[in-house]
Amino acid sequence: MSGTGKKDEGSAIEFRGVSLRFISADGNATVALRNFSMAVARGEFVAIVGPTGCGKSTTLNMITGLLKPTVGEVRVMGQPVTGIDPRIGFVFQADAVFPWRSVRDNVAAGPMFRGQPKKQAHELADEWIQRVGLNKFGDHYPHQLSGGMRKRVALAQTFINNPEILLMDEPFSALDMQTRTLMQDELLQLWAGTGGSVVFITHDLEEAIALADRVFVLSARPGTLKRVYEIDLPRPRVMSEVRYEPGFIELSKHIWNDLREEVAIH
Amino acid sequence: MTDIAMPAALSDEALARESEIAQGRIRAHRRNIIGLRLAVLVIVLGGWEIAARQKWIDPFFYSMPSMIWDQIVEWVRDGTSQGPLWKQVLVTLEETVIGFLIGSVAGVICGILLGRNKLLSEIFSIYIQIANSIPRVVLGSIFVIALGLGMASKVALAVVMVFFVVFGNAFQGVREADKYMIANAQILGASPRQLTTAVVIPSAMSWILASLHVSFGFALVGAVVGEFLGAKEGIGLLIATAQGAFNASGVFAAMIVLAAVALLADFLLTSLEKRLLKWRPAAF
Repeated sequence: MSGTGKKDEGSAIEFRGVSLRFISADGNATVALRNFSMAVARGEFVAIVGPTGCGKSTTLNMITGLLKPTVGEVRVMGQPVTGIDPRIGFVFQADAVFPWRSVRDNVAAGPMFRGQPKKQAHELADEWIQRVGLNKFGDHYPHQLSGGMRKRVALAQTFINNPEILLMDEPFSALDMQTRTLMQDELLQLWAGTGGSVVFITHDLEEAIALADRVFVLSARPGTLKRVYEIDLPRPRVMSEVRYEPGFIELSKHIWNDLREEVAIH
Repeated sequence: MTDIAMPAALSDEALARESEIAQGRIRAHRRNIIGLRLAVLVIVLGGWEIAARQKWIDPFFYSMPSMIWDQIVEWVRDGTSQGPLWKQVLVTLEETVIGFLIGSVAGVICGILLGRNKLLSEIFSIYIQIANSIPRVVLGSIFVIALGLGMASKVALAVVMVFFVVFGNAFQGVREADKYMIANAQILGASPRQLTTAVVIPSAMSWILASLHVSFGFALVGAVVGEFLGAKEGIGLLIATAQGAFNASGVFAAMIVLAAVALLADFLLTSLEKRLLKWRPAAF
């Protein structure tokens, strides 16, 4: 293992032959992930698609250290994962903002947990609130905002920590079509300024192609890497336009063919 | 206005008129409700009074509103057999509040500690259920034997009444804390202690506050029953004395005094709750 350490210095995330045996609450053991290997370069945007229950979210939980691989190794920034790395940011599918905190206090949560004084954290938070377009809503509580606005709060809350690795678990799947398109543009803009790596889990194939540099297709459970697609669409991309490009349509046909086989098994 | 003319029925004046009519209707409805509530009160109290005066029911056993009123006036003016009324109220209130504070603080602390520990919570959850279903008022006899006729036995009973309710709710509230919210806080950088103070306690707060409402009533019951079982002063003793003297009016009058105290406390707790839970949607 140590001999190959030099070679992958460029990878932000690396999975080496990872398998995961999962013990459910009622004591049944199942294999969630089988012999899975991949590498995400620094600054790269990777999307993972696959049928329901194939272990997409499991991969993210192994990057944060919430789950440990049964076989194989997960490395973040060249180091084996031991716990939650402060360089990681995570955006959840569910609403995970704190309903008892105002937007400002929500966005300032990260810096304050990490020991910044309140005043400084609030100044920084105001900056990010502005950047996600919620200037007038700093003192509002989450229940007073729409679903899309709450997602903006979640993005600001994550980006304020300057994550070098951003993990996103179907973050926009609960939003309506128009809001989702806006949020995807928003995400690309925020990401363009950071130079961080993104792992974006989705079941929406078009979303994956439109956002990512590479799309990883996983097989049905037990999930393993089926194919990797390079998405060579030029950046910056605009969500409402990119999906009509010929290259986009070609890719989405290909990937869908791959994915259909996996979905059809179940 | 655009060039397309609005129909007259949708003009600003017409809309203003419409909303005025609608608001008037809402006000009238509110007035009606208040009026009907008063009517119910008058019918019930009046019916009671008439039934007692006509000897359809025996006022010796069931009293009647005018006699109860006279009893309250007498207590306020001349004092009770155990001393002035306000002193009885104060004693009972003191026992209630002390018991309530001790019981709820202990309940919250124990609930959070136990709820945060998976093993402890699995072991104890069954005993909490059992303790909750036991009629704890019975313990009052033990406390009177052990702690005597003074304030301690009443406070102890109030504590026991309150503790399990608050404890159960705090425990449940902690365990219901959203797991995504917890994971989010951890990834944002929260230490285990910050996780407890910034996520777990606030999310359990609505459960805890709901239990405080109920449990103040329980504390009052604990204090009064404690006095009932043996005391030197307090509303509970007043009731026991009235019972011993076959004074039904006295029992009812004491009941009304207690109700007034409970309503006041409920009002105070509601305003506290509104302050602490201002983040919650109003429709809750």
